[in-house]
Amino acid sequence: MLDYITSYLSSNTTPGQAGNVFWAFVYILVVFGGVSVAVMAMNWLERKALAHFQIRLGPMRVGPHGLLQPIADAIKLFTKEDIVPDKADKFVFWIAPLIILCAAFSVYIVVPFGPTHAITDLNIGVLFMLGVSSLAVLGVVMAGWASNSHYPLIGALRSSAQMVSYEVAMGMAVVSAVLMTSLNKTGTGTLSMIGIVQAQQQQQIWFLFKFFPLGFIAFVIFAIAMVAETNRAPFDLPEAESELTAGFHTEYSGLRWSLFMLGEYAAMIAVSSIAVTLWLGGWMRPFPNTLTGAIWDLVFSLFPGAIFIALAVIAFVGVVRMPKHPYFRIQTLGLAGFGAVLGLIGLILFAPPVRDRIQDIFWFVAKVAVFMYLYIWYRATWPRYRFDQLMKVGWKVLLPIAIGVLILTAILGVLL
Amino acid sequence: MTEPTTTDPKAYLSHLELGEPDKTFLDTNELIINMGPQHPATHGVLRVILKLDGEKVLGTECVIGYLHRGVEKIAEHRTYTMFNPYVDRMDYVAAVSNGLGYCEAVEKLLNVEAPPRAKYIRVILTELNRLASHQLWLGTHALDIGAMTPLFYTFRDREEILKIFEKYCGARLTTHAFRIGGCLYETYEGFEDDVKKFLDFAPPKIEEYEELLTTNRIWLDRTKNVGTISAKDCIALGVTGPVLRASGVKWDLRKAQPYAAYSEFDFEIPTGTNGDTYDRYLVRMEEMRQSLRIIRQAVDRIPEGPIMAKVPKVMKPPVGEIYHSIEAPKGELGYFIVSDGSTQPYRIRVRPPSFVNLQALDIMVRGQLVADVIAVIGTLDIVLGEVDR
Repeated sequence: MLDYITSYLSSNTTPGQAGNVFWAFVYILVVFGGVSVAVMAMNWLERKALAHFQIRLGPMRVGPHGLLQPIADAIKLFTKEDIVPDKADKFVFWIAPLIILCAAFSVYIVVPFGPTHAITDLNIGVLFMLGVSSLAVLGVVMAGWASNSHYPLIGALRSSAQMVSYEVAMGMAVVSAVLMTSLNKTGTGTLSMIGIVQAQQQQQIWFLFKFFPLGFIAFVIFAIAMVAETNRAPFDLPEAESELTAGFHTEYSGLRWSLFMLGEYAAMIAVSSIAVTLWLGGWMRPFPNTLTGAIWDLVFSLFPGAIFIALAVIAFVGVVRMPKHPYFRIQTLGLAGFGAVLGLIGLILFAPPVRDRIQDIFWFVAKVAVFMYLYIWYRATWPRYRFDQLMKVGWKVLLPIAIGVLILTAILGVLL
Repeated sequence: MTEPTTTDPKAYLSHLELGEPDKTFLDTNELIINMGPQHPATHGVLRVILKLDGEKVLGTECVIGYLHRGVEKIAEHRTYTMFNPYVDRMDYVAAVSNGLGYCEAVEKLLNVEAPPRAKYIRVILTELNRLASHQLWLGTHALDIGAMTPLFYTFRDREEILKIFEKYCGARLTTHAFRIGGCLYETYEGFEDDVKKFLDFAPPKIEEYEELLTTNRIWLDRTKNVGTISAKDCIALGVTGPVLRASGVKWDLRKAQPYAAYSEFDFEIPTGTNGDTYDRYLVRMEEMRQSLRIIRQAVDRIPEGPIMAKVPKVMKPPVGEIYHSIEAPKGELGYFIVSDGSTQPYRIRVRPPSFVNLQALDIMVRGQLVADVIAVIGTLDIVLGEVDR
């Protein structure tokens, strides 16, 4: 048994490929736990960042600077009364949020956080990702239909049309990135997510800059389509709150509503991870070509620890700036404790063995975090598209450009 | 139209000549849905019954009265002075304008005139209120279309205006700032400085809103050619205010029938050409700037003197009737008062701009999409307190 567990450590591959069930299980738990925590953090960050865009403070009451707000929200949602509309289709109503959740989380099976830090490496990883993530639309349609109410139905109709249309442009953009992986001596490309990052490593270029501006355009198309795919502003028509109150999940409340939210945020992180994998070099650190050498390697490997130390410093600045009134004592202590934990993590990340292992994951997560910030930024800046305009953008603008880029990429690939 | 006795929404639509949906092989049933009275984007308790073919609107019917308080009937049992605070509760977003209209109407009936200083104070406060009203409109309108952030910017700046109101008369929203015959309160110390400070504060803020929206691709897509209404239709329906002006009619009561001290100020009437939602947006944005211009002139030239004309303690206007209207932020706000010579009005009828403008909703949205209904309700700038009274 112990041999079975330790034998994986020397295999230098993902647990899925090594066929090691134990480590695969551990990885699944870590990834899903990590994503759930990330969703909670994202919840807090979105409310804080959005508030600061809008000259507000955001959550400030529950815990220092509202840090415990997501937990309070979760408790509130879990303890809420479970309401199923009288004439709803109970079974479908029950299963819809689960489908969305499963679809969003299944994508993580192929997301490569590092050369070996993935649950598994499917040789059709990209295809798997596209297929699974588009299953979410099924949950949306089911939720809209089962609610037996007009607004959710319209929301579901919009959503299905939107997701299906944007998937086409998204697929085309992905294909042009996949084509780029075949630009090697043997001329064989790959659909494996890890393989795609390794191809970028071998060609010594992120696909974002490959055949400039072709790679960049494909990336932008994907970046637009992924916002539409996850139903976020400015493409948040299915849940346009000012038109359809809450779209397909109008009739949902409590735990099941929170499952929808969890699914939505998990999907956001999932598609961002895919964008990072395909175009932004996955787990690779920035400037791998220009800033080479052992010293630069060392500098970049110190980043994770430095970031955590910086966060700890920010927390301690918050502690100093806290009002000195006794009423704030627990909050001050809490923030100090939070800062101490962050600092401790930072120090651990400085330790050489941890430092080397954690680097890939850190750079991957950092790149995904940029996308998460963009999501919030979009939401604070832009109005919402109308349904027909959304379709126009999808079919008449994005799709032709995506096909054009695909063709040009293919031609260039043959010529070079 | 006979009052339907059933709760079935279809009964309300029976008298409408609704267009038939295009017959295609994909022909589906029409969908009749209720938008409101509890809906985040109907600006209160407006209930709109929509007849939809997919996303296309075939017809609408507004059901109003959820906020009816019988303001006009209340007036018949109050003295002229006692009724004054009630008018603030109609269009609570522009309470000062409502008060101005009522006070001037009764003054006309009593044949008194407010002293010049009172008139100037009235102009300053009314124009500030127009700005506040337009800011609230912009914030909610943008929020309806999906842009969240302008709402908070406009509310931040509206706060400065409300602070001036609060300092002047103690109330922020339902101000009851004016009295019949002039103003009750003299301006507080530093009033002019506060207003001037605001005049310098506001223009960059208006630029800020415009930066977010005016050239925004999505905003243009959502507002251009949406809810278009022609000048002819506007006039036929009695639509007034920025909606009428955006359709190209240069009609502003401040110029057409000057009241208060408006004849003494120099300002432009912005007009649009297409009569669509975008033009109405531009007209209102320009109106904000023109309001600032009027306020600046008024503050610079504000005369000294009394602020209250001689009005009897017990007001008994002569028998007769009067109609007086002013240009409220939302359009023509008129008061028709019938006096029987007693201390209480025999009848007061209010011509509220929101109520009349709301009629245009059906013309503006027919054949467009559901999302446009929201945009059009926002651009009509209705306040349900005024629609239902």
